[in-house]
Amino acid sequence: MSGFILAAGAEGGSQIPLIIEIAIVVLSGFLGFQLISKVPNTLHTPLMSGTNAIHGIVLLGGLLVIGVASGFVNDLILVIAIAFGTINVVGGFLVTDRMLEMFKAKKDDEQ
Amino acid sequence: MTFASFVQDTDFINALYIVAFSLFAIGIAGLTGPRTAVRGNRVAAVGMAIAVVATLLYEQVGDWELIAIGIVIGAVVGVPAARTVKMTQMPQMVALFNGVGGGAVALIAWAEFRDRGGEGLSQLEFGIPLVFAAIVGSISFWGSNIAFAKLQELISGKPLKIPGGVFLNLALLAIAVGCGIAILAGSDNELLFIAILVSAAILGNTFVLPIGGADMPVVISTLNAFTGLSAAAAGMALDNIALIVAGMIVGASGTILTQQMAEAMNRTIVSVLMGGFGGEAPAVAGPGGETGGTVRSTSAADAAIQMAYARQVVVVPGYGMAVAQAQHAVRELGKALEGRGVEVKFGIHPVAGRMPGHMNVLLAEADVPYDQLKEMDEINGEFGRTDVSLVIGANDVTNPDARNKTDSPIYGMPILNVDDSQSVIVLKRSMSSGFAGIDNPLFYNPKTQMLFGDAKASVSEIVSELQGI
Repeated sequence: MSGFILAAGAEGGSQIPLIIEIAIVVLSGFLGFQLISKVPNTLHTPLMSGTNAIHGIVLLGGLLVIGVASGFVNDLILVIAIAFGTINVVGGFLVTDRMLEMFKAKKDDEQ
Repeated sequence: MTFASFVQDTDFINALYIVAFSLFAIGIAGLTGPRTAVRGNRVAAVGMAIAVVATLLYEQVGDWELIAIGIVIGAVVGVPAARTVKMTQMPQMVALFNGVGGGAVALIAWAEFRDRGGEGLSQLEFGIPLVFAAIVGSISFWGSNIAFAKLQELISGKPLKIPGGVFLNLALLAIAVGCGIAILAGSDNELLFIAILVSAAILGNTFVLPIGGADMPVVISTLNAFTGLSAAAAGMALDNIALIVAGMIVGASGTILTQQMAEAMNRTIVSVLMGGFGGEAPAVAGPGGETGGTVRSTSAADAAIQMAYARQVVVVPGYGMAVAQAQHAVRELGKALEGRGVEVKFGIHPVAGRMPGHMNVLLAEADVPYDQLKEMDEINGEFGRTDVSLVIGANDVTNPDARNKTDSPIYGMPILNVDDSQSVIVLKRSMSSGFAGIDNPLFYNPKTQMLFGDAKASVSEIVSELQGI
């Protein structure tokens, strides 16, 4: 039994119909455009760092696949993938937080 | 229905995913304002925690000790890196975090191929996104590493000419896509998959190496979008809505950011990514060179006197301020001038430093009041009323050639019109050219005086001179 089918949580194939997936892709693309286009220049670096952290969600892929993959090499590849994903998530959010705290501290000074 | 079967139900997990990506959207919306940004980032982080926990509920998730090893390694590497990185090194840190994300996507795709083989990938709704994820993830990983190495100055920031240029890149892409098609057609030869990863890896290198360091923000932003798209593709292959939605949001945001950055430099994304500029242009013409004219140098004492009796001083920071870690000294200077009744403003060019907002982050770190930071459009009208413009380690963003020299590589780029002010003081290490590798006639302008030396030392010196006035 393949990892993919198990990961999908359904027997014999894709759990979400392709056309629904494509709809999700298109709509979330528009959502991304709408959300981002309003960000002021000042916050671009933290924003980039923050969205960077969000694509660390690939970590989930590693978590899903490692349980069903077998063999030393697969396990090794996936442990590295999970480590990479974790670095992306944890590092990304922490760094963004550090940057933004500076803006916040300054705000308080003004008040 | 037992508790266990309830929480392991796919609908329940997907409901948690919906909560998670809603929090991502709310978080990003929060990031659009300085007041809500900290909370926004934390909201997104909570969303991520929910997504991770939800995934661990899946019945088939196993190999807990391996998962723990991976997460511990990631945390041990990521947390200290994020905690200790200097604000000046933020751009390359973002590049690195972006790269490992892309690397994770490529590795997951590889493991899935090994697990399922070509037969599995010949189901196109699974195979196509997986091959896409492998190619784009690998490009993003290697491209980001090169961007990191350039910004960290491990390798030269100058563009490196690659023989074959665009054609080589197209050939590499063709190899990757060709191998992908062979796999989609049913081949389960692992060498084909490795060939995809390797050719995409080389492409990541040859794609970023010819691009000059000045364009790295655009490159990182592009690669950020790439990683997002590859994550979304992996989500389609794995039928995971959290991956699809989060990946696409990042893909879209990265694209917008890329566009905005390219626009700020009056260049198209295509011209940036095709490489060149930033070294290709004739290098420095030095004093008395092509641009002619003489350079007048000044002393800290003289600079202090000029600013002390000014009504308005506009500080224009650039990457040189970041390199010299001069932001705190600059804040001191601002305070000292304000204490004497001088109006102090900061003119921030959208691409000053190595990332949009880079200067804002540094000045915020040094507690410069938010309302003193002026964006380019806002400050450009002010230079006419400004007595002294103090340019600290900025170069290309003040280059008048961008306005009037049509054959200049930066012609058309909006700049800060510091030469409209009464006088200009430029703090600079030497007469070397900026990151774009071109000469700056501002330095030969009769209004301009140069104060050579390390920016931090120079600023501190000016501050102590000010106290003596």
